Formats: sequence, C-alpha cells, structure tokens
Amino acid sequence: MATAGGGAYSYSLTVFSPSGKLVQIEHALAAVAQGTTSLGIKASNGIVIATEKKSSSILIDDSVIEKVAVICPNIGIVYSGMGPDFRVLVTRARKSAQAYWKIHGEYPPTKILTQEIANIMQQATHSGYVISYDGTNFGALISVLAHRGVRPYGVSLLVAGWDITRGPTLYQVDPSGSFWAWKASAIGKNMVNAKTFLEKRYNDEISLEDAIHTALLTLKEGFEGQMTEKTIEIGVVTVPSLAELEAGKVEGTGRYKPTFRKLTEEEVRDYLAL
Amino acid sequence: MQYNGGSVIAMAGKDCVAIASDLRLGVQSLGISSNFQRVFPVTDRIYIGLPGLATDVTTLHEQFRYRVNMYTIKEEREIEPQAFTQMVSSTLYERRFGPWFIEPVIAGMQKMPNGEYSPWIAATDLIGCINFAKDFVVAGTASEKLFGVAEGLWEPDLEPDDLFETISQTLLNAVDRDAYSGWGAVVHVITKDKVVTRTLKGRMD
Repeated sequence: MATAGGGAYSYSLTVFSPSGKLVQIEHALAAVAQGTTSLGIKASNGIVIATEKKSSSILIDDSVIEKVAVICPNIGIVYSGMGPDFRVLVTRARKSAQAYWKIHGEYPPTKILTQEIANIMQQATHSGYVISYDGTNFGALISVLAHRGVRPYGVSLLVAGWDITRGPTLYQVDPSGSFWAWKASAIGKNMVNAKTFLEKRYNDEISLEDAIHTALLTLKEGFEGQMTEKTIEIGVVTVPSLAELEAGKVEGTGRYKPTFRKLTEEEVRDYLAL
Repeated sequence: MQYNGGSVIAMAGKDCVAIASDLRLGVQSLGISSNFQRVFPVTDRIYIGLPGLATDVTTLHEQFRYRVNMYTIKEEREIEPQAFTQMVSSTLYERRFGPWFIEPVIAGMQKMPNGEYSPWIAATDLIGCINFAKDFVVAGTASEKLFGVAEGLWEPDLEPDDLFETISQTLLNAVDRDAYSGWGAVVHVITKDKVVTRTLKGRMD
C-alpha cells in the first residue's frame, strides 16, 4: 500500500522556495523557451496553429516528425518544448477525448479537453510518492498516483478547436497547469518577439486565409534557414456551415466532418508561394 | 421488472413530446401506493421515466441528478437530450453484469444547430442499449399492451393537445390490461418553452 506522508519510498520533488516560487516549474518554462516557436491565431471563421519543424541533421527523415497533433475530429494541438513529453500528453489527451465520447456520444468541447490536459500537467507539479503495489484491487488508484510528480511536463501547448457552444477557441496550457484563452499567442524561442508582431498584426475581423499568412509571416521573423513545406507544420480549425451541421454525419463513415485538420505539404507549399 | 410493476410511454408530436406513466407501486400483486412518482424532470426540456424496481428508481434518479449537475457545472451549459441519453446508456452499461432493474424512457426537446428545437424520444433496455424512435417508445410491465394501443392511436405531427389525448388514452387503456400497472397516471407534455403536467384518474381495481 501507499506509504503516504512519509516513509523511505516517498520523496518530495517540488518544494516552494522562500520567495513563493516553484523553481521546478520555472525551469520547465525555461525548457519551453528553448523549444522551437509555435503560434496560434484565432480568425473570424477559424483558427490556425503553426510551428517550425527543424531537425538537427539533414540525415533525419523529417516527413515522420509530427508536431501538430489531431486529438479528436474537432481539436488539434501544437507544442513548444520537449518532444517526448508532448507525445505522452497527446496520448493522454486522445484517451480523454475518447472516454468523453464513450459517455456523451460526442467529442469534448475545446474548453473541457483543455481542462483535462491542464489537470494532467498540474498533477505533475505535485510532489510524488513511490507507490508499492500489494496485489489488492487498487489498480485504478495506483495508476493515477504513479503518474504524479517526478517532474513537470517540459511543454507549453496551444489547443485549437471548435464546438457548438463556444465556436472556435484557442487555449494555451503551461507546465504549471494554468491555461488561458487567446485571440493569438506564441510560445517557445521567439515568443516575445512573435507576440509583439502578432499584437501589431491582429484584428478581430481577420479571415482564416489572412491568419494563415500572418502566422507564416510571424514565424518567418525568427526563422533560421529556409522556410519550406518540410520545415513548417500547420493545423487549421474551420467553422462548419449551418448546412454542414444540419447534414450531420457523413454518408458511409457515419462520422461528422472533422473541423480540425492538418494542412498537407502541398497546401503548405502553396501558402508559402503566395 | 414485475416485482413493483409500473409502465412508462413517450411520444413525439409536432414541436412537442409527451411522457406518461402510471402511478402504481406494488409488491407482486399487492398494491402499496397509487401515488408513486417514476417520471422526473432532468432539465427544463428533458424528462426521464424509470420503470422497474422501485429501489433502483430512487437510486438511479439520484445518480442521474448528480451526473447532470456535475455536467452542468463543468461544461457551463445545460445537457441536451442526446448527450443525456448517452449518459443514461453508459451509466447502465457500467453495471453490465449486475444491472439496475430499470428500463429508462427519455423525452425532451433537442436544440438544433439552427437554434430551433426538435422532439427527442428514446428508451434503453436495462443494460443501456439505446432505442431511438421517431414515433413512440414504451417500457415497463405493460409494454406489450402499450405497443399495441400506440400502434393504433399514434399519428405523425400531433399538436400538444392532441398528443396529450393520444398518450393518455394509450396509457390508460394499456394499463387496464395489466395487473401490475395502473392506479392513476401522470402526463407531461413538453414544448420548447413550457411543460404541462396533468394527473389522470384511472381504474382502481
């Protein structure tokens, strides 16, 4: 059983500093700030999220790298920071979305999924206990506790999605587990410059097409090397028309038409050419 | 299902739905109460009927109230009939191998993408298999009789008043042919902005 509150196998890993800061979280934010730039812009008729995809060697097959991930048909996320941590969060978020679907028969609203991810990230800021398993039926409990602590996730996320109640929404989640809704935001290496750039460029009437170009332009500001369809990844949320919503499920598959999708390399190339 | 008795029926009309139940609570053939409520409001636009074992009627009603309240707080919106039906289904399937002895009937007005409301009626079996219908759904000890009478009386696009008449006649005549249901009835007619509830007298034998 758990040796809660002490014992040889429990050790605290995040402790408040006398000034009231959690240094581990600050370090996690520093890890994010070293990561490649990602950004998101909410337009009047959709959202764009984009990131640069830089590989350290020309020998790496970068067609396999995925930095913009589809969580469920209406939500996608992008990250800055540590790749492996992102991968874990993607898996957890996808599971969470499917669990929601199993109960409610529809995919989660963006805010609900963002909260789920934020909760997972917040739990990693608690001190961890090493749980020993005594063979009784505590399986579910222990799998939850065993995931806690150790270290915070070294990523910031941009979550973009569409749902019927709130429409298109863009959220940022930080390693501390706090999250906010943005009209436009940037995370990672050039976030300060990128945000200033976005503040100058942004207006509430911007169209999705314009937002995609603004996103590319913002990335270009801090980009080292050539910006091509191989070094950029873009995901878009499109707001479905009333006709599409009333038509409901797509013939054959029985699924709703996805509102989030990743742009193909060809599409990215076309946007870069313009 | 036969232990306490009781039956519920729901019907769809034109921009309205109705749900009705008898009021009998019994132990086998012994009548205990003629004022047993088994149809409950979930939101302003959703009602659920829970025919089956009386103790599970109470427990499931509280379970659904809890889950719907949590949903409302978390999501900051009212649950829609479709999502609620899924919630009922998964709640029952959680107990797949030791089920609640309840066959729920759900009636409500579903908000459409264009902002209008359309009728929603559904029923599930005791382990949560959803039966979504366009006309009517039945459950409980008089379900076979309800099916027969409803087949004969129901017609499409009934206005609220006509739907009330149809569902009332269907229920009263069906439960008169069932020893475990009857002893009065309650009918709720739900439209997009109001619910009309009427209690009916029935045969007391």
